[in-house]
Amino acid sequence: MGREDLLKQINSIFIEVLDNPDIVLTEGTNADDVEEWDSLNHIQLVVEVEKTFSLRFTALEIQSWNTVGEMIDSILAKKQ
Amino acid sequence: MVSFNELKKNLKKSYNGFPVVRVAVLGDTSTQLLAKALRGAAFDYKLDLEVWEADFDQIENQVYDRESELYAYKPDVVILFYSTHKLLVKYNKLLPQEQSQLAEKHNSTVTAVVEQLGRVTAAKIIYYNHNEIDDRVFGSFSSKTNASFIFQLRKLNYQLMLFASERPGFFVCDLSTIQNLYGKAVFFQPQIYVNSEMVLSIDILPQVAMMTLDMISAFYGKINKCLILDLDNTVWGGVIGDDGIGNIQIGYLGIGKAFTEFQQWVKKLKYRGIIICVCSKNTEATAKEPFIHHPDMVLRLDDISVFVANWDNKVNNIRYIQQVLNIGFDSMVFLDDNPFERTIVRENIPGITVPELPEDPALYLEFLYAQNLFETISFSREDEERTQQYKLNAERSLLKQKFDREDDYLKSLEMYSLAEPFNRFNSPRVVQLSQRSNQFNLRTIRYSESDIDRILSLNGYQSFSFTLDDKFGSNGLICVVVLKGENETTVFIESWFMSCRVLKRTMEKFVLNTIVKYAKEKGYQFLKGEYIATPKNELVKDHYQQLGFTESKGKWLLDLKRFKACTTFVKAAPGSFYS
Repeated sequence: MGREDLLKQINSIFIEVLDNPDIVLTEGTNADDVEEWDSLNHIQLVVEVEKTFSLRFTALEIQSWNTVGEMIDSILAKKQ
Repeated sequence: MVSFNELKKNLKKSYNGFPVVRVAVLGDTSTQLLAKALRGAAFDYKLDLEVWEADFDQIENQVYDRESELYAYKPDVVILFYSTHKLLVKYNKLLPQEQSQLAEKHNSTVTAVVEQLGRVTAAKIIYYNHNEIDDRVFGSFSSKTNASFIFQLRKLNYQLMLFASERPGFFVCDLSTIQNLYGKAVFFQPQIYVNSEMVLSIDILPQVAMMTLDMISAFYGKINKCLILDLDNTVWGGVIGDDGIGNIQIGYLGIGKAFTEFQQWVKKLKYRGIIICVCSKNTEATAKEPFIHHPDMVLRLDDISVFVANWDNKVNNIRYIQQVLNIGFDSMVFLDDNPFERTIVRENIPGITVPELPEDPALYLEFLYAQNLFETISFSREDEERTQQYKLNAERSLLKQKFDREDDYLKSLEMYSLAEPFNRFNSPRVVQLSQRSNQFNLRTIRYSESDIDRILSLNGYQSFSFTLDDKFGSNGLICVVVLKGENETTVFIESWFMSCRVLKRTMEKFVLNTIVKYAKEKGYQFLKGEYIATPKNELVKDHYQQLGFTESKGKWLLDLKRFKACTTFVKAAPGSFYS
């Protein structure tokens, strides 16, 4: 799966969990860019991404992401 | 399993018209998502649950400060969530010689917190008990070592049950059972805990919220009272009409075991006071045969209050059962292996609970355990006798057919009632009746045991409970009235509720005569009543009018000077109060 496909899927997870259909993510998007992306919702996003891609992130990965791109890096690293 | 996201979507829906319940959550870990899950789940229970959360780890500060936000919030329910994780952290810091004191110490902390809450608020308290964490420091030897964490934890959970069984208004929500049902890997996600101080995983939050809501809605009278069973492939394996009594599957071999154990579960529910009925598409005699002759049947005809077996559709048959029992559809559970029957019943009988039984009968019980269908907040000896009482009612209605005149029938019943104030023997049943009565209930106030204590200790209150016995047997305690002096001339009927089992027996007239006698002796001139409409108490809309009260500013008044005792066929039993 390519980065673009992943971005699309993650985008729809964000729309679903944050309940905002207008969210458009890029790899550079960070928590400051999306109003609803606070620490609580972050946990739900992580769990939803884990379920969608059938993987588990480490505690360190969860706190390390600054951008959506870094989240994609983690997913790709686990899927290889 | 319901997902957290589904509950979150409920938050945007309208809770208008649902009863408001104010819940305060006090926890020592992050409870923000729990609060959302609780409110979200409440939508499905038709409760407008308002949730207030204390700041993180402020349990005791909130409880011991009488000016705290907790008390200002005026909660109806307080949830205490001391997490096992924080308890483990506490244990980790103890010196070896202190470890075996953990349970005692925490137990006295909880007892003191509950006592203090009880001094300031009448809120009911839900305590989340402790999901098990075993640090394996002692290996399996921990069971022989009272200093081990798991030893202390299990002791604590046990002590909490002892405390709850003695303390009215204190209830334990069994998180430990939730972890057992879904497994620790689902219950707890360490990566999330590390990042957020959340000890409940996103996936388990809905389960915790629903178990909590089961309890809260039971506080407000929503309980299931009746279980209606299909027979073929539900109560036994196979089809009695085709296979015959010798070939149905039941007993201790193979799949028969699943049905036997299912029947044992139903029997325990019967002992607990759940009314068991049968609704089966069968010829009646064929359907009854295993109940009478099969040696491995656990359920017998005596266990069944209403037995309906015919070829009519199940919707009509369940409506018939509802008429005989005179309880709401929303307090009934229907179990049937056939998805088609389930759908028809669910779609045509609003309010009835119809679980989606798994296809494989071997899975029935585990599935039903997880549903928590029979929540309650009280248990008394009368529960065990309920089946018998509904059977007696069936006999009474046979006798009634023999009399042309209602009065002659009522006279022939030889009815006696014992009126008494609340006391420690009758209060469990008073609490229970207050939770269960929906139709004959003028103001629908639900009383807990702590409310009963309050009524008994406050001046100006007078409580009445009434039993009713007749020549067929005892109906037990069936009616409750609470009076409250409003001023020197008027006494207000704060509550009047009665079991629908004894409708049309002139019981309400006996009750009125009794309370009027009390009011007159105390020098009151007026008895004041009120009807507060609910979706279920239409039955008593004209109650006060029929008893001769006159309407005044939305309330009902009875002038005691002009009152003439009502005709009733109920006589006072020896020792009855104000008779």
